[in-house]
Amino acid sequence: MKSFLANKTPYFFIAPAIILLSLFSILPIFVALFISFTDLDLVGIADWSLVSFVGLENYKEVVSDPIFVKSILNTLFYVVIGVPLVIVLSLAIALMINFGKARIFKAFRVVFYMPSITNVVAVAVVWSYLYNPHLGLFNYILNLFHLPDVPWLQDPTIAKISLILLALWRAIGLNMIIFLAALQGIPKTYYEAAQLDGANNWKQLTKITIPLLRYAIFFVSITTMIGWLQFFEEPFVMTNGGPLDSTTSVALFIYRNGFQFSNFGYAAAGSFLLFIAIIIITMIQFKIQNKQQDY
Amino acid sequence: MKFSAVSNQSLSKSIKQERRQQWVVGIILALGGILVSLPFVWMILSAFKPESEVMALTPTLFPEKWTIENFKNLFVNMNFGLYLKNTVVVVLWSFVGLFLNAMAGYAFAKFEFKGSKQLFFMVLATMMIPGQVTMIPVYLILNQMHLINTMAGIVLPGLVGAFGIFLFRQFMTTIPDELLEAARLDGAGELRVFWQIVLPMTKPILAVQGIFTFIAGWNSFLWPLIIANDESLYTLSVGLQLLKGQYGGNFALQMAGSTFMVVPIVIIFILFQKYIIDGYTISGMK
Repeated sequence: MKSFLANKTPYFFIAPAIILLSLFSILPIFVALFISFTDLDLVGIADWSLVSFVGLENYKEVVSDPIFVKSILNTLFYVVIGVPLVIVLSLAIALMINFGKARIFKAFRVVFYMPSITNVVAVAVVWSYLYNPHLGLFNYILNLFHLPDVPWLQDPTIAKISLILLALWRAIGLNMIIFLAALQGIPKTYYEAAQLDGANNWKQLTKITIPLLRYAIFFVSITTMIGWLQFFEEPFVMTNGGPLDSTTSVALFIYRNGFQFSNFGYAAAGSFLLFIAIIIITMIQFKIQNKQQDY
Repeated sequence: MKFSAVSNQSLSKSIKQERRQQWVVGIILALGGILVSLPFVWMILSAFKPESEVMALTPTLFPEKWTIENFKNLFVNMNFGLYLKNTVVVVLWSFVGLFLNAMAGYAFAKFEFKGSKQLFFMVLATMMIPGQVTMIPVYLILNQMHLINTMAGIVLPGLVGAFGIFLFRQFMTTIPDELLEAARLDGAGELRVFWQIVLPMTKPILAVQGIFTFIAGWNSFLWPLIIANDESLYTLSVGLQLLKGQYGGNFALQMAGSTFMVVPIVIIFILFQKYIIDGYTISGMK
């Protein structure tokens, strides 16, 4: 009896978590794959007999959908500009904070980390106000220096950059902390030895710090890249994809087709393409990382 | 004698240089810090301005006339009281989820059972699945379970998380087996061992996870947005999104709503920032 109970205990402990994860993470993958081959919509949810298989039709349609193509290009724009900016800025801030000896430098950690824990809707509302063409603070400051107004959210290209600025502001904190943790893991003796050999700060940075941060940089670049490929909340709350779909990301495209147009099958096909893209890009990054290790 | 004087001179020179560098870096960080905090400062100050002052073409930094009218409006013209209640319910449920994560982490850390490796691998694998892929099927599954437009539908999809389970497992493997065995020999049941011995020993990780759970629950946006069809289930962030749509031109009211959402988190963060920032070292995120 006792051994029977002892055998059951772990299952009792994991059961709730495993059931919830299976139901809301594992099962949905198969459901998504299944419905991406069907024409499921609002009518279909009410009466499943009206749902029919359409084979690869959804996939064919979605890759020739001009808005989907545009959303891919927009997402690539976000990734190509956003990811390097996040890495460089959060690393630079972490290095500076780590360099400082006074107590005030610890307070900077809090200041720079703050944006990353605040609510995305609240933040988007605040930034919409800052970006407002007539009443916004940004244009007012520009005017103070006799610079012309910037159409922050009205011009297709500038709107994308404005969203990147907001997302950058939110992303720096977390990555800065990761870099700081990694920096503190570097033994002080390395620097002492380098100083004895007469290496200046720049040499120490490029020859010791950066190489030893390789894994942290890799970790941050992978997670940041995956995050930006799923860029959603900022365009959703601030511009709703506009002007003229110039800020629509792939994730927003999927959300819109799923929950605003109720084309569930079509949206599922789009989401699977995004999933595959994320897997391929992550694998390429791992390949590159492995190659670099050979040297 | 002469030699040491020279070296002293060069030493004091390098100290001076070092001090100058410290100042330069400090000033750069301070400027960056001001830039980063600007949106918060502007939000809070604007929230206390009357609407006319916010709409003026030459903005003022500090309100000429401080008012709490905007905050009153949130509760009178909008249903912020209700949204607050719903948000608190979501937060409480997410703490149940935290508890379930801890339970699962404990079982993976301290028990050997059939399929434990495979199940743990499955848990980790769920971390790689992007939210956009599961969004639509989860909605359909909840629809089949008749949970659309219910609180259960809002909280269930995100109740447990692989990352939380993983962190608990990592931390709990360090608890000595002898301690658990001793408690069992004393006749403590498995639940009691977990509740009275394991949980108190996981305090550091529990603190970090607790703060993050609170923040995530307070900020939860996507599932309330998708699942709640009528206002009675809206959380603060969904309500704020609604406010932006309905009172698009009233920035004073919008800033008050944002301040109401952001300031509690900022206070909690400042109170517990040591746990949060040090938590990354505990979590082994190096």
